[in-house]
Amino acid sequence: MLKGGVIMDVVDAEQARIAEAAGAVAVMALERVPSDIRRDGGVARMSDPVMIKGIQDAVTIPVMAKARIGHIAEAQVLEALEVDYIDESEVLTPADEHNHIDKWDFSVPFVCGATNLGEALRRVGEGAAMIRSKGEAGTGDIVEAVRHMRAIRSEIRRLGTLDETELPTAAKELGAPLDLVRGVSNEGGLPVVLFCAGGIATPADASLMMQLGAEGLFVGSGIFKSSNPERRARAIVEACTHFADPLRVAQASEGLGAAMDSLESRALEDDQLLAQRGW
Amino acid sequence: MLIGVLALQGGFAAHAKMLLELAADVREVRVPADLEGLDGLVIPGGESTTMTLGIEREGLGEPLRSFAKPVFGTCAGLIMLDREHLGMMDIEARRNAFGRQVRSFEADLEIEGLDGPPLRAVFIRAPWIAAHGEDVQIVAEVDGHAVAAQQGDVLAVAFHPELGSDTRLHERFLAICRGTAVAVDLADDPGWVAP
Repeated sequence: MLKGGVIMDVVDAEQARIAEAAGAVAVMALERVPSDIRRDGGVARMSDPVMIKGIQDAVTIPVMAKARIGHIAEAQVLEALEVDYIDESEVLTPADEHNHIDKWDFSVPFVCGATNLGEALRRVGEGAAMIRSKGEAGTGDIVEAVRHMRAIRSEIRRLGTLDETELPTAAKELGAPLDLVRGVSNEGGLPVVLFCAGGIATPADASLMMQLGAEGLFVGSGIFKSSNPERRARAIVEACTHFADPLRVAQASEGLGAAMDSLESRALEDDQLLAQRGW
Repeated sequence: MLIGVLALQGGFAAHAKMLLELAADVREVRVPADLEGLDGLVIPGGESTTMTLGIEREGLGEPLRSFAKPVFGTCAGLIMLDREHLGMMDIEARRNAFGRQVRSFEADLEIEGLDGPPLRAVFIRAPWIAAHGEDVQIVAEVDGHAVAAQQGDVLAVAFHPELGSDTRLHERFLAICRGTAVAVDLADDPGWVAP
C-alpha cells in the first residue's frame, strides 16, 4: 500500500538503504537516474538483474524497476526477478512506437506514465494498476508535472458533468475505452491510484503536487542529485504527509543545501522531451 | 462518535470514506494533538517501515501506547500494534509473510463471529500473526496462518478491509467504540460478537 508515500529512484544498494531509512514507501531501481540518462544520451534500457537483486536484498520495502515502453521481454525478466512493480517508462528509450505492453498478461502490477486522462485510461485499459503523471523527468522543473496533473484532474471533473448520452463522444475524444470513461464519470476518479512524477525537487514541490490531487509521489533525480540526499529525502517524505500544513512544509524546507542541477523544461528541444514518449 | 485515522501514510482515505458512510465523524491523525477526544483509532495499511519512522518523527509513540480507546489495525496497522512496535497487542507480526507484491491475493475469509457470507479480503504484501499471547483471540486464518485477531477492544487484520464495499468489519469496530459489542473475555468466551 503505497498511497500517501514517496517512491525514490536509487542506483545502488547504499542509496536504497538511505531511501528506506528516510521513509520512502518504495524504491525504483535503475542504473542511471533520469538527469544522467538525459546527459549521456544513447539508448536507455532495463537495469542489470544483479543490480536489481542487490537492491532487493538491501531493503524490505517494495522494489520497482523500469522496462522500456512495449518491451515485453524486459517486463518478463523483471517479473521473473519478482520486482514488486514494473514501471513501463518513457524515461527509457521506447522499444515499440505504437503499442504498449499488454499488462493483463502479467501477475506483477504495472505503473505507467500519463500526460492527460485519455492516456491514463488507455494504460488502465491495458492493465496498469497505477498511474503517475509524467512531468518531465530529470529536469527538476515542476511545470510539466503541474500541467499533467492539472490536465488529468480537470478532465476527470469535466467527465463528472456529462450525462450518459455525452459519454461515448467524450470517450472518442479522449481515445479511451467507454466503460472506463463511464466509471470515471460516475466515481469522480481513476479506478487506480494516481501518483505524480517528473520534476519534484523540493518539499514545497511535494506539497504542491499533493494539493493538486496526487495520491503519492515519485522523486527521481531530485534526491540523490542534491547536495544532501539523506536530509532532502526525509524532508520530502515529511512534506508529503503534512502537505496541507505550510508551517510543517516550511520546517521541512530549512537548510537542505543545494537542490539538483536543474533544467528549464521550456528550454529543451522537442526531441528531448521524455513526456512525449507513449501513445 | 469521532474516529481517528492515522494519516502518516497509507490507505487512510479509504478508511475515512468507509467510516463516514457508516455515519461516524472522522479526523485524520498526524500529530499527538489529533488524538485528543477520539472515541477510537484506525491504523491503516501502508508501508510499516515508513509508518514506524513517521510515528517516531511525530513523537506519536508514547501517546499511541497510552491511547485508552478501541483501536483497529489493518495490514501494516497490525504490524504497528505488535510487540516489536507499539506493543498495543500481544502478538508478533511477520512482515511480508505471504511474499512480495506478486504474491498478493484475495481470499473469501470466514471470520469468527461475523454474520453473513465470507468476507472478500485483499492481501497486499500482507503480514501474518506468527505468535500471540493467551489473551489474544484469533478469529480468522489463511492456510493455517492467523490473519485476524482481537484482544479486548483492539482489533487487527492482516488484509485491507477498506478496499471494496463490505463494511462489516468497520461496523464491528464502531460497535466496539460505542460499547455495544461485547469485548472478548476468555473466561466465558463469547466469541466474536457481530454488531
